[in-house]
Amino acid sequence: MRYLIQRLGFYLFTAWAAITINFFIPRLMPGDPVASLITRYAGQLDSKAIDSLRTLFGLDNEESVWQQYLDYWGNLFQGDLGTSFTYFPTGVSEIISQSLPWTLGLMGLTTLLSFLLGTAIGVYAGWKRGSWVDNMLPVTTFLSAIPYFWLGLIAIAVFAVQWSVFPASGGYDNSLVPAFDWPFISSTIYHGTLPALTIVVSAIAGWILGMRNMMVSVSAEDYVLVAQAKGLPERRVMFSYAARNAILPSISNFALSLGFIVGGTLLVEMVFSYPGIGFVLFQGVGAKDYPLMQGVFLIITLAVLAANLVADLIYLLLDPRTRREA
Amino acid sequence: MALQASESAVVAAADTDASAPRRDKLRFLRNGKTLVGLSILGFFVLLAIFGDALAPYDPSARGPNIMASPSWDHPFGTTQTGQDIFSQILVGTRGVLVVGFVAAVLATVLGVLIGVTAGYLGGFGDDALSSLSNIFLVIPGLPLIIIITSFLPETNDLTIAAVIGLTSWAWGARVLRAQTLSLRNRDYVQAARATGESTWRIIVFELLPNLTPVIATGFIGTVIFAVLSNITLAFIGIADISEWNWGTVLFWAQNNQALAQDAWWWFVPAGLCIALLGTSLALINYGIDEFINPRLRNEKADRSVTMRVGFTPVLRDQPGVPAGVAQAGSPARVPAPAPPPGSAPQGTIRKDDQA
Repeated sequence: MRYLIQRLGFYLFTAWAAITINFFIPRLMPGDPVASLITRYAGQLDSKAIDSLRTLFGLDNEESVWQQYLDYWGNLFQGDLGTSFTYFPTGVSEIISQSLPWTLGLMGLTTLLSFLLGTAIGVYAGWKRGSWVDNMLPVTTFLSAIPYFWLGLIAIAVFAVQWSVFPASGGYDNSLVPAFDWPFISSTIYHGTLPALTIVVSAIAGWILGMRNMMVSVSAEDYVLVAQAKGLPERRVMFSYAARNAILPSISNFALSLGFIVGGTLLVEMVFSYPGIGFVLFQGVGAKDYPLMQGVFLIITLAVLAANLVADLIYLLLDPRTRREA
Repeated sequence: MALQASESAVVAAADTDASAPRRDKLRFLRNGKTLVGLSILGFFVLLAIFGDALAPYDPSARGPNIMASPSWDHPFGTTQTGQDIFSQILVGTRGVLVVGFVAAVLATVLGVLIGVTAGYLGGFGDDALSSLSNIFLVIPGLPLIIIITSFLPETNDLTIAAVIGLTSWAWGARVLRAQTLSLRNRDYVQAARATGESTWRIIVFELLPNLTPVIATGFIGTVIFAVLSNITLAFIGIADISEWNWGTVLFWAQNNQALAQDAWWWFVPAGLCIALLGTSLALINYGIDEFINPRLRNEKADRSVTMRVGFTPVLRDQPGVPAGVAQAGSPARVPAPAPPPGSAPQGTIRKDDQA
């Protein structure tokens, strides 16, 4: 329990730090970006948008930085992340709440899948040293060095342009109205297959390698030897003795590498024009839509923190030692 | 992700380092993986230096051949405006490597400063510095880099390298802190302290040499991350697209619908170069990992003795097997010259807790 409270405290602290960083980034940058934006969008921005921009960049000089900071928090608690100007006059929070489910679905499913698959292959490769699975490692190394988005481009070129098996972009058939019925769900699955495959193929190598190396270290431990000497079946030694211990660092790594995975997934969404948060970020970047970009960054960070908390809970379940200290 | 492996290898490495009598300094280079990795990296470094001179065309110059597929004149084909893609890749190598290495040097220096200080000082300083690095570890790096870079009024290779370096030091700091903690109370460090050596001398001359492999893997891991981030920034159009690098090539390919026009030569070479460079760096990292943690070497002999009921193995010294492995794998402990018993990785698995 103490462990849990400690972790919770850390995540709250990190969330505060991320929000504060987000607050200060625009204020620390040189130059007057608002002026250049106003000329860029000449006539398209109304006074409300310009006001929200000035607030964002801390240019209302009559207020102290501390007062601005408090206002920023006040707005956050009301769920107000500012006004986007690519999707003017829609609020940033509304855009994000529309795109977030897509990202959570795609990213959650693929991350889980690549973690489970990669760990299973890694267990086997580490246990059977020098077998053909183990010798496949250089190939997986090569795959893991490929940027996610480039693999996505290749996947589109092969499976969408060359043989039109899968659609090249979008999250569902545009002729359908989003609803919870079979035609819409099947169209979602059909459109999601190619991005999902891309992410799994790029992400899996890291898990295989991490797990393989831990298996190799663990299978030289004395307790594995004792289990074998007792004459336990090979499978039991492999899973209940070696793999169970080897997986613990993999889970703490899972939490730590989430940041990398999220980055990769955002890019896959951009390449496939998938209606998730990564595509929104891409559009925000293209239009220099600062409120939108900052909102997306904040939500991504909070989501990663939440996922980390979940990984900690799983760790707590798997490793009795963290519980015993309570 | 190659960093994952190194963290677990680190603790085992420290033990080996401390007691191995004399190490063969060149063993590192005899590893096949390292050699392959270093050769590929060397090739790209040469390209980075001489790319400008080798390029047959000006990468930005328009030519008469539009969207030509690869031929002798244009080995990687041409773009929609007749630019030679081969020249773009050659000229672009320098930007990729410069950003990768400058960012990694910056991140490594920060990581060493923060990690070693935190590990060596302990107490409040340690708490503050390690929560700082934990925060940077959890905040997703790429989105943060995208946000900061897009707020910058102007971007060039050096500012991008600085942004990447300033945001990606946390992993190295964390690993180095753990490693320093385990070294701090070794006999030789205590001896140095007892003879009145100053703190910075202990850190520089006693601790840092033993941290070299960890620093090296962290450095190479950061180069990989920095290269990928830089290319990503160029690809989504945040970086200055008038400077050529492999990401810029992909940016133009994507924006000119190269995919729909079936112009595979426009985006395949750049991607393969990225993958090849990444693979070479990862291979060097595996070489270092295997150098410091002999258990990871891919040798079949490792688990040749399988215990079964009624089977009593007699163990002789096996010359081919690393001493640490032979001992850890043997039931009857044959006194070996010096090798230490394999230690549990990273402190998460402690032997005494196991039934």
